This record gives sequence, structure tokens and C-alpha cells, in this order.
Amino acid sequence: MDSSSEGAAGVPVDGSAAVPTPPARPVLEAPDIARVLTRIAHEIVERAKGADDVVLLGVPTRGVHLAQRLAAKLQEITGHPVPVGSLDITMYRDDLRMRPARALARTEIPGDGIEGRLVVLVDDVLFSGRTIRAALDALGDIGRPRAVQLAVLVDRGHRELPIRADYVGKNLPTSLRETVRVRLTEEDGRDGVLLGQRATAPTAEQ
Amino acid sequence: MKRHLISAADLSRDDAVLILDTAEEMGRVADRPIKKLPTLRGRTVVNLFFEDSTRTRISFEAAAKRLSADVINFSAKGSSVSKGESLKDTALTLEAMGADAVVIRHHDSGAPHRLATSGWIGGSVVNAGDGTHEHPTQALLDAFTLRRRLGDGPGTDLAGRRVTIVGDILHSRVARSNVHLLSTLGAEVTLVAPPTLVPVRTEQWPCEVSYDLDAQLAKSDAVMMLRVQRERMNAAYFPTEREYARRYGLNGQRMARMPEHSVVMHPGPMNRGMEITAEVADSPRCTAVEQVTNGVSIRMAVLYLLLSGAEPAVTDTSENPAAAPAAAPGPATRTEENA
Repeated sequence: MDSSSEGAAGVPVDGSAAVPTPPARPVLEAPDIARVLTRIAHEIVERAKGADDVVLLGVPTRGVHLAQRLAAKLQEITGHPVPVGSLDITMYRDDLRMRPARALARTEIPGDGIEGRLVVLVDDVLFSGRTIRAALDALGDIGRPRAVQLAVLVDRGHRELPIRADYVGKNLPTSLRETVRVRLTEEDGRDGVLLGQRATAPTAEQ
Repeated sequence: MKRHLISAADLSRDDAVLILDTAEEMGRVADRPIKKLPTLRGRTVVNLFFEDSTRTRISFEAAAKRLSADVINFSAKGSSVSKGESLKDTALTLEAMGADAVVIRHHDSGAPHRLATSGWIGGSVVNAGDGTHEHPTQALLDAFTLRRRLGDGPGTDLAGRRVTIVGDILHSRVARSNVHLLSTLGAEVTLVAPPTLVPVRTEQWPCEVSYDLDAQLAKSDAVMMLRVQRERMNAAYFPTEREYARRYGLNGQRMARMPEHSVVMHPGPMNRGMEITAEVADSPRCTAVEQVTNGVSIRMAVLYLLLSGAEPAVTDTSENPAAAPAAAPGPATRTEENA
């Protein structure tokens, strides 16, 4: 989901980040994001030895756009199209009961499915790891991939589950008081990653 | 969304579109090898059926089970109701068992409303048809089927579409719910029935009334045929079945006068030869079977939207969890990105 705006254990930060006390500081600009995605694409090809059986699945909302950009870059490198889709994890979340019911996003599994393939999950920000846990559960109900890897644009730390990314665009050490916001042209009109301060201090035990 | 689903009139356009869009995603689960989601694990849904039903009951049961809820089926036959137990005592029993949602079908109009507003139970109440009042999930699945068949994608409503509802309007809760929901979604609804089967005060409904089926056929995007509900009729509403079928039944000739793209809908059960001929019922333009399939998706969407989120703090019918984030135990100031 929108893990960019998501706090640990489902701490909401999006609303507070909309009124940042000090202005948010850009940590990645559009050219940086493009460069980082190109590097990740090359890493995928290298590790998957040609990326012949790779399926990219983006986690809505921004992960889907990143997955599509990665797929385009992979096609440039390998010369063959790479299946790309989306995987909505809303119904697998562990914090569903903590908030009002959420609208669902689209799950689009490419035609050939994921059975026996190398699935690369793509998300914008890796934080608590709970989104990825949910994504792994969702994946298990859809099929049995040969292997699952994880690509993220930003890893901001503060993991709450034993999950790590295989491909990281930028490691961004943050404090829990900070917010990381990913903006993508497809969704927000322009590219960029912003590091901001939470307007209010996080409540106890995040 | 509100905490209960009693009437289609309670739904705003955005609520209705949200349910339809959610159902669209739920429908995809049916294409998967594992047709189950963990979303309502640990929640209990009681199907409380005081009246016979095939489609609606198994549809709600399948929907709840696909969302991993525990399902308790209760039918009046063979229960303490036949020993004279009141709705209140039945409700208190269910509450004591910890029902998170009660799906109720009752022969009396207003029974679900009573259950929702009486304070007897704390869970959500879903109306699965009450007397001649409303059947909101049927209207939702009709709207869903219509939106799919007419090629309108997620996020859209039924603006400008013309729907003609034909038959026993007087006894039809499906017609009432559809008039409210379809007009909320922007469709123009026309009711066609013999004058004796048109309820009083329809001039206050958001629809037109006509007694002439043939005049409506050529301009309808969908024609919805209703069953003549013999079991609710205590008087002669029309001279003979043959005359009814001739004036208000849909046969092949009439169907041929409908526009190319238009569809024939029927909520079931069908009386072949009465309101619909076998030729029409078995034609690819008839969506009756599709409506049943879509019913599961719609009911999954309704149960998901009513039950998956935070427990509302106040158990009041006007309670709207989306508008009262303070009800959530966690900090809930977050803006819903996808909502």
C-alpha cells in the first residue's frame, strides 16, 4: 500500500506530513530516481541471470508505477518484455481492525501467472516490513513462485519483522519522528523523495 | 458506509460506487486457485432467515466463508421460533453468542430496522429482504451486473442509463431497492405494471410509472422482469395468468424490439411462461445466472466494508465509521489515500 506514508505498526503520518513543521527536504530528485531504477534493473538481470522468468509485482499505489518503470528498463536491457502486474495487500493487512474499512486497490496478475516464476515485489518505501509480510501472504494464495525477491526505492529502517530487501534504491537512516514521502509523476505530478518531520511527536510505543 | 445496510436509500452515490468497485476486486478472487481471503478471520456472521430463500442465503454464506468469517445459519423452521420465540429473544440469543453481523431475512417489513435500532444487538445488521420493503444487496448486484454488461468500468455510475422494471411492483422489495439505488447512481427508472400492482405513492418515488410495456422497450438499456408473487397475493390483481403474460410478459418478439446492447434481468426465481418465456430466459441477453455469480461478489464487498474496519465506538444506526475516526482505537488522523 502507501507505505511511504505509513508509520511503524500502522502509525498514521500522512495527514500530519501534509502540514510539515519544518519544510520537507528532498533526498532524491527525479534524475536520482531514474538512475537508481536503472541500477536495480541491472542488478535484477545480473542476479536472475537474464531475467527470463521474472515477474514484477508492484504494491499499490506507488509500487505499481515503480514496477512498470522497472519493467520498461528490464525490457531495454534484456530485449524481451517482462510481465508486470500489481498485488493489492489490503485484505491481508494485520491492522485492518484498527481503522475504518479501506477501499481496495487492483490486483492484476500477468496472464502466465506466477507459478514457478521469480517474483520481484516492488514497493516505494520499506519500513516496518508489515506490508511485505502481507504481500507474501497474498502471494501464497495466488500461486507458488520459484522464489520471491523484494525491490524498494527507499529503505528507511525500523523493521518490525525479519524482512529485508534484495534491491534497495537508497538506504535512508531515519528517526521515527521523520516521515518519508515518495512522489511519482504518474501519481503526484512529479518525481521526488522527501524527508520531513512529523508535526506531532509519535505517541508512545510505536 | 454506515454500520448497517437496511435500505438502498441509505446509500449515497459514493457509497454505492465504493461497494461496486470493491465487488469488482472481490470477483477476481473467484478466478484464483485459492478462493479465500483471510480478511474476516475470527468474525462471526449469522444468517437469520425467517423466510425461505435459496439464492440469497447461500450467496451470503459463500461470501462470508470466502472472507474466512465463521458462519452460523439460522432458519425459522426447526428453531425455537416455531415454539413462539420473539424476534427480540432470538436477537438476544445471537448477541449472547457474539455475532459480529446479522444477515436477516424476514417476512415482515421493518424487521431489520427494528433489529438495528432496538439496541438488542451490537453487531452490524444487513437486510437480506424484509417483507415487501427492501432488498438492498439485490439492488447492488443488479447495479453491478448492469455496470459490467453495459461496459462501464470501475469508478463509474449508471448516469443516463434507462432501466425498466416490469411486473409485480406492489409486492416487490427488489423493485423498491432498485428504484432507490439505480436513481442514486444516476439511472432513469421506469416502472411498468398493471395498475393494480403499482403501489400507492409511487409519484413520490424517484421514477416514472407506465402501464404500457411495449412503449418502453425500444428505449431501455435494461429490462428487469419481476416474479408475480402469488404467495403474497390475497386478492385478484389481474384477470388471468394468460392475460398477464400477454400484456406484461417478455417474449422473443418483445425482446427483439429492445436495443442491441440492452439486457434482460431477473432476480429469480423465474416463472417461465408467466413473466418471461423460456426463449428469453435462455438467451444470452438474460443475465439471471450472472446476477447470482455477482451476488457473491457484492455480498463479500458489503460484509468487508461493514466488518473489516475498526469497531465503531457508539452502537447507533447513524454511526458512520468513516466520518468518526475518533472511534478507532489507533491514532486515526491519517487521510485515507484510497478511500
